[in-house]
Amino acid sequence: MNNDNIRKELVVSAIENGTVIDHLPAGSVFRVVKMLNLEGTDKQITVGINLDSHKYGKKGIIKVANKFFESEDVNKISLIAPSATLIVIKDYKVVEKRNVEIPDEIRKFVKCVNPNCVTNHQNIATRFSVIDKKDLKLQCHYCEKITGKNTIDIL
Amino acid sequence: MKNRSLISITDYSKDEYLKILDLAEEFEKKPTQNILGDYVVATLFFEPSTRTRLSFESAASRLGAKVIGFSDATSSSVSKGESLKDTILTVCSYSDIIVMRHPREGSARFASEVASVPVINAGDGGNQHPTQCLLDLYSIRKTQGKLDGLNVAFVGDLKYGRTVHSNVMALCNFNTTFHLVSPTELKLPSYVKMHIKNSNLEYYQYTDLADVMPVADIVYMTRIQRERFSDPIEYEKVKNAYILTASMLAGCKPNMRVLHPLPRVNEITEDVDNTSQAYYFQQALNGVYVRQALLASILGVK
Repeated sequence: MNNDNIRKELVVSAIENGTVIDHLPAGSVFRVVKMLNLEGTDKQITVGINLDSHKYGKKGIIKVANKFFESEDVNKISLIAPSATLIVIKDYKVVEKRNVEIPDEIRKFVKCVNPNCVTNHQNIATRFSVIDKKDLKLQCHYCEKITGKNTIDIL
Repeated sequence: MKNRSLISITDYSKDEYLKILDLAEEFEKKPTQNILGDYVVATLFFEPSTRTRLSFESAASRLGAKVIGFSDATSSSVSKGESLKDTILTVCSYSDIIVMRHPREGSARFASEVASVPVINAGDGGNQHPTQCLLDLYSIRKTQGKLDGLNVAFVGDLKYGRTVHSNVMALCNFNTTFHLVSPTELKLPSYVKMHIKNSNLEYYQYTDLADVMPVADIVYMTRIQRERFSDPIEYEKVKNAYILTASMLAGCKPNMRVLHPLPRVNEITEDVDNTSQAYYFQQALNGVYVRQALLASILGVK
């Protein structure tokens, strides 16, 4: 173990079973908490913000005890935290570690950029196909307009 | 196509376009056929569009169907604050097919997802108007005798014109060469051009209408609207640059025909109306045959 890891252990305690979402951009942590619907849960959650990171300078981390996410659920955070790593812990051991992936379809979490889109006027859950993953572009299933990286507004 | 909604032109395949066009030809030969006597067609026009509504109602009536609906949201329960979903669900129990026009983009797709009967999109804001596109394909095929390998020029507002976008998408199935004439501010959006490139077809861009006259088989005119310009001076500069007059037709191909989705304002002068190139009024009539074909095949009668 290097120093960095030791220090992290001290700041954010280890969990026995659950999920760690690491390498979040420091500013995205609260939005990720909201996106994953963690606000209403009774699970034990540890949140770290502005932790030192060799790779990113400052980073955020979220640890959720006794919670294992569906891939689809976690992948949606790639929209605001593309560098995030998902770590699954069982009995204090890392059993899975992977980067989040941008999904092919996104439902509910993004607002359509088009002010005249029906989803902005009626009670309709938004739905987008991801037509470009590198230079993020989402096409609205309803109005067919494209919401780009710079116009993404997370609901 | 039985029971399948038509929301975007890309919902149907090339073969399905051709099936509709062939069927429309049949209806052109014999427009009055009592084949939809057992059906009720609902025309829900949440915003007025007399031309499109009458065309659909004429198509339905000529096939013997009963037509119910409204021509304006203020005369319907929408004005009392009813949601689109509730209106559609209610109308489903009264009709076998819904034709709808709505000012919000995406409304027709949403309606087709909640409706238990098929939905035909008769225009959803600036998004799609697939029946206009099919009647344009019908008009092109009828005047040229074919759809494949034509030189088609689109003129005017190529940026916001939804009919232009759908027509380009549809024509990408037919080995078309595109000639795009517009002011710089109103060029065809890049996602539509990407569609042309992905189909391995070519397009050429022009700012001068005269340049395409010798090469075009079809000249598709559209209106340039003042409200599209942020700078009124820019509008004043280009407003008269895309007007087609009879004298400009001098060097055109003999088979060339001028199309326009109508209504026109001043972009085609009236002296063009009497030339053999003018086709825009017949084009509107073709809309009835194409809509007859759509109603009959979606209701599963043809």
